[in-house]
Amino acid sequence: MSLDISFIGILIGSIMASSVPLILAASGELITERSGVLNLGVEGMMIIGAISGFALMVITDNLFIAIVGSMLSGVIISLIFGFLTQSLLTNHVATGLALTIFGIGLSAMLGKNFVGIPGKEFPILFSSLRESIPFFGPILFGHSIVLYFAFALPFLTNYFLKKTKLGLIVRAVGDSPVSASNQGINVILVRYCCILYGGAMCGLAGAYLSLIYTPQWIENMTAGRGWIALALVVFATWSPIKVLIGALIFGGITILQLHMQAIGFRIPVQFLSALPYLMTIIVLVVISRDSRKIKLNTPTSLGRIFYKEK
Amino acid sequence: MIKIEKRNDVPMALYFFTPFIAIILTILGGGIIFYILGFNPIEALKFYFITPISNLYGFSELLLKATPLCLIAIGLSFCFKSNNWNIGAEGQLTFGAIVGGGVALLFYNQEGFYILPLVILAGAIGGMIFALIPAILKTYFNTNEILVSLMLVYVSKLILDYLVVGPWSNPEGFNFPETRQFSDSSRMPLLFEGLRIHAGIFLALAAVMLSWFILYKTYLGFQIKVSGLSLKTAKYAGFKGKTMILVVFMISGACAGLAGVGEITGPIGQLHRMISPDYGFTAIIVAFLGRLNPFGIIFASLVVALTYLGAETAQIFLQIPKYTGQVFQGMILFFLLASDYLLFFKVKILSLKKNELRH
Repeated sequence: MSLDISFIGILIGSIMASSVPLILAASGELITERSGVLNLGVEGMMIIGAISGFALMVITDNLFIAIVGSMLSGVIISLIFGFLTQSLLTNHVATGLALTIFGIGLSAMLGKNFVGIPGKEFPILFSSLRESIPFFGPILFGHSIVLYFAFALPFLTNYFLKKTKLGLIVRAVGDSPVSASNQGINVILVRYCCILYGGAMCGLAGAYLSLIYTPQWIENMTAGRGWIALALVVFATWSPIKVLIGALIFGGITILQLHMQAIGFRIPVQFLSALPYLMTIIVLVVISRDSRKIKLNTPTSLGRIFYKEK
Repeated sequence: MIKIEKRNDVPMALYFFTPFIAIILTILGGGIIFYILGFNPIEALKFYFITPISNLYGFSELLLKATPLCLIAIGLSFCFKSNNWNIGAEGQLTFGAIVGGGVALLFYNQEGFYILPLVILAGAIGGMIFALIPAILKTYFNTNEILVSLMLVYVSKLILDYLVVGPWSNPEGFNFPETRQFSDSSRMPLLFEGLRIHAGIFLALAAVMLSWFILYKTYLGFQIKVSGLSLKTAKYAGFKGKTMILVVFMISGACAGLAGVGEITGPIGQLHRMISPDYGFTAIIVAFLGRLNPFGIIFASLVVALTYLGAETAQIFLQIPKYTGQVFQGMILFFLLASDYLLFFKVKILSLKKNELRH
């Protein structure tokens, strides 16, 4: 196989496409976790987004409604998690796990009549530029609007957390809910909003899969991407820009193993697939052994229940 | 007017009663979902919860599925009681099956009474080693055990995938992703002719008895419970926290490994990609539903096993995907967690004096 410059351009373009669901889901989960809530339901919310988006596309034949609907369905399903953890003070880990199990089951139930229906072509932007410019064309142009949004999202998230008052509030709630509450901030409300936002982004990530990346509905089609997104947030030490870099690395590994399989490369593909998980463990060890580092990076109250005596 | 007060102590009767409320609400919720999807809810629920266990074969299948769930949940109860969030039992199950299966493959053309005990032991050790990874990282590097144990689930499944496709694949298997069949000496003895229920159920029952003894009759059990209630008290009492973390993870991993080896030497008889329908994750629900109590876990494992069986029956009779079992499993946990609110808070309805919610 020749490794000419235009092939590399196409390769990079496909790596970008495969990293989109990871960027979206991880950016959403990042905000949720920054507010001190650990939602392990990412996979469940993504798969619900995937089936809702696809079903709405088939029923309404309108891609805009499908995309917005998938985000709304993510919000609705994350509301279950929010109500349980924030209003009924349930354990975050167990509730998130229940959400994932429930979501996978529910999506298969809802999607029963949508298996085997072909998807619709999603409009891509600047398709003429893609062909005319070598190397940079396939990288920069000819993608769906969701991809451009996904690549802008980490920067927007970074700006939100660092430069806006609301971002400061989210971080305060995550780092020290008690003092935030004493300052008059409604901790529960902030956490609800962050959970629902996370749900919307995971729903969109799912819809990207079923409407754009592989336009069809397959049971369990998120295939563990939600768990990788969760790992990615830790891998990025809760920094939005590093989420983008991490997603490209993880997406790159997925694409590379496909190509290496084709070339007949000697390293077993399973080893490459395991790399994102092993890398996440290594990053966890590196950031966790130094208690100063972990304090700097981790939302201090992550996963802890906040209860205010009325 | 509704008034909510924090309770000072949890009433024990309510503590063991709320799981039943959760189960009833789950059945109602399932009925509603079936109704929305256009099925007759009564009929659908009958296919789900009654048809599967209406004959002897079905009852044997129920016990067959409850066995791994019970074993894993018993192990997890040690972790959860001491506030260690091992959610990677699925990985420990898989790795136990890999190590146990490896030993079984060594003896694939031999017979002997010693082979099965060796295979079982290897499975338990495999699960134990795999559980030690998050435990050691937690004790010595302060890493979060939730994320590490979860990541390792995928690593273990990829190792299994590599082995059954590559070096361990059956040389006469036409490149199917599976190993050779184990020899009869590596298989769990069947309890009854024509039924799939096997001797692995005794492993689960032994685990129940042993865990009851350890948790309620030994110093180790006392340490585990105290650490779960208050880490500070445990430190003040001078308990060796690090050793305890390692021990509970080892117990938990060994149980999951046993469950894995029970599956491959029981109903499966070889290694392939799909050795477990997420028993390791579902067992977390079982542990909670059983209130981390050994005998509660027996009951809970039967209930959750029924959701697996019901999903299979419903797939045949109603043509709905068998993933629907997970809808019920998720709902059980949702409702159980929600009803826990009643344990820690008193809900008083002031205008109606008689309606004090106190079952």
